[in-house]
Amino acid sequence: MSPLTLAKIALKALFRNRMRTFLSVLGIVIGVAAVITMVAMGEGSKKSIKEKMTAMGTNAIVIMPNQQRRGGVQLDANSTAQTLEEADVIALRREATYINAVSPVITANGQAVVGNNNSPTQLTGVSSDYLLIRNYEIEDGVMFDDETDRMAKVCVIGQTVVKNLFPEGNPIGKTLRYKSIPLKVIGTLKAKGSGDFGQDQDDIIFTPYQTVMKRFNATTDIRQIYANSIGEGYAEKATEEIMGILKERRGWTKPVDPFRVRTQEEMISMITSTSDLLSLVLTAIAGISLFVGGIGIMNIMYVSVTERTKEIGLRMAIGARSRDILLQFLFESVMISLLGGAIGIALGIAASQAIKTIMNWPMSVSITSVIVSFGVCFATGVFFGWYPARKASRLDPIEALRFE
Amino acid sequence: MQLFQGSAHLKNVETTNFNTSGEPILSIQNLRRDFKMGDEVVHALRGVSFDIHRGEFVTIMGTSGSGKSTMLNILGCMDKPTGGHYILDGEHTEKLSRDALARIRSQKIGFVFQSYNLLSRTTAIENVELPLLYNPKISAEERHHRALAALKMVGLEDRMNHMPNQMSGGQQQRVAIARALVNDPVIILADEATGNLDTRTSYEIMMIFQELHRQGKTIAFVTHEPDIATFSGRTVTLRDGLLKKDVVNEKVQDARAAFEALPPPETFDDEEDA
Repeated sequence: MSPLTLAKIALKALFRNRMRTFLSVLGIVIGVAAVITMVAMGEGSKKSIKEKMTAMGTNAIVIMPNQQRRGGVQLDANSTAQTLEEADVIALRREATYINAVSPVITANGQAVVGNNNSPTQLTGVSSDYLLIRNYEIEDGVMFDDETDRMAKVCVIGQTVVKNLFPEGNPIGKTLRYKSIPLKVIGTLKAKGSGDFGQDQDDIIFTPYQTVMKRFNATTDIRQIYANSIGEGYAEKATEEIMGILKERRGWTKPVDPFRVRTQEEMISMITSTSDLLSLVLTAIAGISLFVGGIGIMNIMYVSVTERTKEIGLRMAIGARSRDILLQFLFESVMISLLGGAIGIALGIAASQAIKTIMNWPMSVSITSVIVSFGVCFATGVFFGWYPARKASRLDPIEALRFE
Repeated sequence: MQLFQGSAHLKNVETTNFNTSGEPILSIQNLRRDFKMGDEVVHALRGVSFDIHRGEFVTIMGTSGSGKSTMLNILGCMDKPTGGHYILDGEHTEKLSRDALARIRSQKIGFVFQSYNLLSRTTAIENVELPLLYNPKISAEERHHRALAALKMVGLEDRMNHMPNQMSGGQQQRVAIARALVNDPVIILADEATGNLDTRTSYEIMMIFQELHRQGKTIAFVTHEPDIATFSGRTVTLRDGLLKKDVVNEKVQDARAAFEALPPPETFDDEEDA
């Protein structure tokens, strides 16, 4: 029998039992729609995390002392931990070839005040490279110069600070006070929005790091050094190189590294692996419902075979081979599952769009999940239809015809 | 006509000579069929032999338990004999595989059943087309064409789009006869084809069979009703798995005449409208 004839026969049989077909199809529809939506949810959150991380600067590398902390308590105080210093920054800038920007980060906490306005913003001491590393851009004015503005009482402020301190606008050339020390605003930053963890990236005041070191903190310790690798995929080489330079400066031979180097690439893969696990769990749950739908098909196919025993007997009596009967029932189950798959995919995409629009949740329907779902549906139809179909094909025509 | 060799039951067989011109279309030789029922072996057929020639209308009679159903199953290639030979249209069927038997059923045999066995919620024409679906050589167009011709032969072309539940028993059986004709079989096997019908309708069905016989079809008709047997040219009687009688009907009754001789149907009767 030609596949077209088989398909026609299967469709007719399914149409004859509309309610039953509808219910078995529904089982698959729910399963597939759940898979599509869950995968879209997982993919969506992964994508949005990645986008935010990229906004922060994908090539960023953070170097910090290798302190072993647990619950805020520093363990193992004098074993391996080393402090970073300005000389490290200079050495990295001079020697490292896999990075194109280096900036220390030293912070001071307090309030910025202008007249009656204040802003509880952390003061961040950096070098001018920091803009490149973190993807900040100057909106108005200029960034301070690392040479001429050493220890200068100048600052560059983010848009939130502009709003808090200079509600009337145009802050360039004006002065704010931070812990009573006046800092002249020489530039403003373009708005960046919220970061990975919801923090406001525009609530920021940059000042030369030497200014923080000498005027605010009175220390030469540098908490962190930020660097920028020369491109995607160079993070690992850059890390090795940085560690090499820092160890060499100290003649380091101990097996434990004195510093920790975190790359943004690592961070991305760390966070996305968490969300990968989440989407795996979600998909597994959705997959179970697809499996249950498959069992529904198998059940209904068994019922169908028993109910149509006489028809099977007749078909065999008038010349159907076992194979013809097998294919007839297999076509029916595959058709149920593919129909369910097609509707389920449409419903899943629609549900994803609805969640995106109504709940403002990042959703991303992947083509792979659509193709895989459809493939799984086909396999489900064959797998769960096989035994009932084989049972039908192995019936004895005489017995089957006698069946009431 | 020599039917058996060395059988103890030979003496019980009454035979009459009949026209045996040419090769038989169907020949069974010493056919046996045993069934295992638990530890016991039931001998349903104990060595039956006869031939059917092209164009014959044979009734096979017997009480229940005589082996006539088993015989029909074997003749219809749905069952294989335990021993003996069954040659249909030159093919030794006892050696064939399940699939090969299905091919023979599809191309050489037309079945008519007692309970019609039409597919429900399927139109008359689709029911008639059904056997041709299993013959890949026949196109959809030819299928329709042949099914329509078969329906015309039984006088139901105006009912081609009716479902079985919209037709009377007699009409359903005529659709079933059309279905048996559509593949142009070498033999039509009818299994108690009038068993579910009243006398009037039975005679109408027998009219169709007689007409088919006149057109040269070979028919084997299983029944236990003696009056049905009078419409055929030869009656083979089985008893306890053996051939009991094989006689030519000297005076074949005309089904049309018998039908017309019946008292007219009563008005309140929900009978055939054909």
